Amino acid sequence: MSTVATTDPVLTPGQASGISLRSRLQDALPKIVLAPSFVITLIFVYGFIVWTAYLSFTNSKTFPSYQLTGARAYQRLWRWTFESDPPSSWYTSITNMAIFGFLYVGICLALGLLLAILLDQKIRGEGLLRPIFLYPMALSFIVTGVAWKWFLDPGLGLEQTLHHFGWTSFHFDWIKNKDFVIYTVVIAGVWQASGFVMAMFLAGLRGIDGEIMKAAQIDGASPLQLYRRIVIPLLRPIFLSAFIVLAHMAIKSYDLVVALTSGGPGGSAWLPSNFMYEYTFKRNEMAVGSASAIIMLMTISAIIVPYLYSELKEKAR
Amino acid sequence: MRKFLSSAAIAVVMLAGVGAAEAADVKEVQMLHWWTSGGEAAALNVLKEDLSKEGFAWKDVPVAGGGGDAAMTALKAMVAAGTYPTASQMLGYTVLDYAEAGVMGDLTETAKKEGWDKSVPAALQKFSVYDGKWVAAPVNVHSVNWLWINKAVMDKIGGSEPKTFDDLIALLDKAKAAGVIPLALGGQNWQEATMFDSIVLSTGGPEFYKKAFNDLDEEALKSETMKKSFDNLAKIVKYVDPNFSGRDWNLATAMVIKGDALVQVMGDWAKGEFVAAKKTPDTDFLCYRFPGTDGSVIYNSDMFGMFNVPDDRKAAQVALATATLSKSFQSAFNVVKGSVPARTDVPDTDFDACGKKGIADLKAANEGGTLFGSLAQGYGAPPAIANAYKDVVSKFVHGQIKSSDEAVTQLVQAIDDAR
Repeated sequence: MSTVATTDPVLTPGQASGISLRSRLQDALPKIVLAPSFVITLIFVYGFIVWTAYLSFTNSKTFPSYQLTGARAYQRLWRWTFESDPPSSWYTSITNMAIFGFLYVGICLALGLLLAILLDQKIRGEGLLRPIFLYPMALSFIVTGVAWKWFLDPGLGLEQTLHHFGWTSFHFDWIKNKDFVIYTVVIAGVWQASGFVMAMFLAGLRGIDGEIMKAAQIDGASPLQLYRRIVIPLLRPIFLSAFIVLAHMAIKSYDLVVALTSGGPGGSAWLPSNFMYEYTFKRNEMAVGSASAIIMLMTISAIIVPYLYSELKEKAR
Repeated sequence: MRKFLSSAAIAVVMLAGVGAAEAADVKEVQMLHWWTSGGEAAALNVLKEDLSKEGFAWKDVPVAGGGGDAAMTALKAMVAAGTYPTASQMLGYTVLDYAEAGVMGDLTETAKKEGWDKSVPAALQKFSVYDGKWVAAPVNVHSVNWLWINKAVMDKIGGSEPKTFDDLIALLDKAKAAGVIPLALGGQNWQEATMFDSIVLSTGGPEFYKKAFNDLDEEALKSETMKKSFDNLAKIVKYVDPNFSGRDWNLATAMVIKGDALVQVMGDWAKGEFVAAKKTPDTDFLCYRFPGTDGSVIYNSDMFGMFNVPDDRKAAQVALATATLSKSFQSAFNVVKGSVPARTDVPDTDFDACGKKGIADLKAANEGGTLFGSLAQGYGAPPAIANAYKDVVSKFVHGQIKSSDEAVTQLVQAIDDAR
């Protein structure tokens, strides 16, 4: 694998020996400025990952305990993974994660791309439409959650309003329904993030060389072919960025679940992040919480690392 | 060299500054709590004034977020960092957890002088005394097995006080026939479990409740009586409105206050909501014990856990503990909070009808040995087990667990897991 050499030869230490203190300081400045944040990241991200991994093998309850007791926490999680009837909290969490992750990322990408393509047709009022789609992203998940909670509540929001207008047979109680509550989380999440994805794709579309498009059009490509064969493949790097942003938002969406559903009926809207927080801080089962955190980390790594690797390898080639 | 000297000087000044700050702390009570609602804050002011008369300043340790969860997380962080507050509001087994970790102070001397041993119910002492030492000062006793009924609705449907569980079902039927929501329930796991506490006591009686929910006796947990309790829960949950899931407890209380619903099964903090809405017992609302639980009290209690502070801050802590358990504060605070005093020798003159009944009930239950810790509220078993229990009850209420047989199996398994 070849690496792209961007290092300025002037800056290598061997050659810098003859240069004055001032310019050496100048060279070192980026490193000096970066050092504290590097150290902080090292400790507070990677250090604590190691610490969490350690705790997951102890019998930590309310407080961390450092006595290793084996993989009991993992054994419990493993058993819970297959407890589907009635579903254990862990089973609910991971199946919800699969449903939510798949739909949230998928719908956001599809909807974002569609909106971007439509907005790219040189329509009137684009300047107005763009922020309207984008600004839900400016809200925190808490605000999104509370707003959608009211909107979807059968006693307050949509259903009540339509009943008020005379459509009394209308019925939409997903947010109160244990089997469907996770889909309301998807709805709120997609509403918030798809505009942001649209903005990313729009930037990508604007970056595509017009000459290629023209050439293709001259060759007689239909608009559909144009997008399918040329535009969308060219947007591949944007797909990668959007996927990574969305995937990590999906995995960390703890606040959305809490604000929107307060966990759902009987805990049916939990995601692994909710499970982790509940067990670590509310149930005083720090070992189980840590184990679930480590499993989350490994799952993400299993998805992201190969994807990143293949993408970056392709770019380097 | 000059630079070194000046930085050394700065360090010395800073250290002196820290010393000065600590000296100021001595006359200060640092208190971590989550009583931020209007009534609660007003009630705490009584305590603040009592302390300021003795020359102690009050300092709230700020906790972001309203609920106790945020406060407990903050406390955990403080304790882990070794900066103890003078005291913290704590619940049940949490006190014992911290005492076991060796971070609690010792108030035995004060307790002896003030006679806490005799006036505080033994059931409460289980949580405020660890290893023979007083580590916490109980502020109040809440009781959980109450029915709160809107009197106007009750009169409209021609109901009377339900004496048995079947009476209650009949009453709920009447309300249903009259087009009122019979039961106001918030579909959050702790509310469902709080109601189930009462149902178990009503179904199985005091002996059974203690065996199952305080001693966690496996035979009792597996028994037919427990199955019947779940069946009764299934029966009563049929009377809630379809929109109950996720509703906050005070919204459910508001439904009863407004007359949209007939009854709520909730702890006596619900009375605070009635009082705040300018309602009086017996004319606007009724308070009955959950049918079949008369004579027993399922309690939880707010406590001020006392931390192991350095000797020079000890005087402030002792003053706080003494003031907390003084009869005047116990009376003044609990009149507002809706609960009853944590000592049984406080006169009930200032309390309303429900408060008077609560005080009498507590006294009788304490003497009769029928005062039980609420499992839903963290006074029956440690948090891990209490939460496992809440999970099972909630899953049963929301239909993930479909039969009472399965509920019992799940309950035993969940409690076993959490042990």
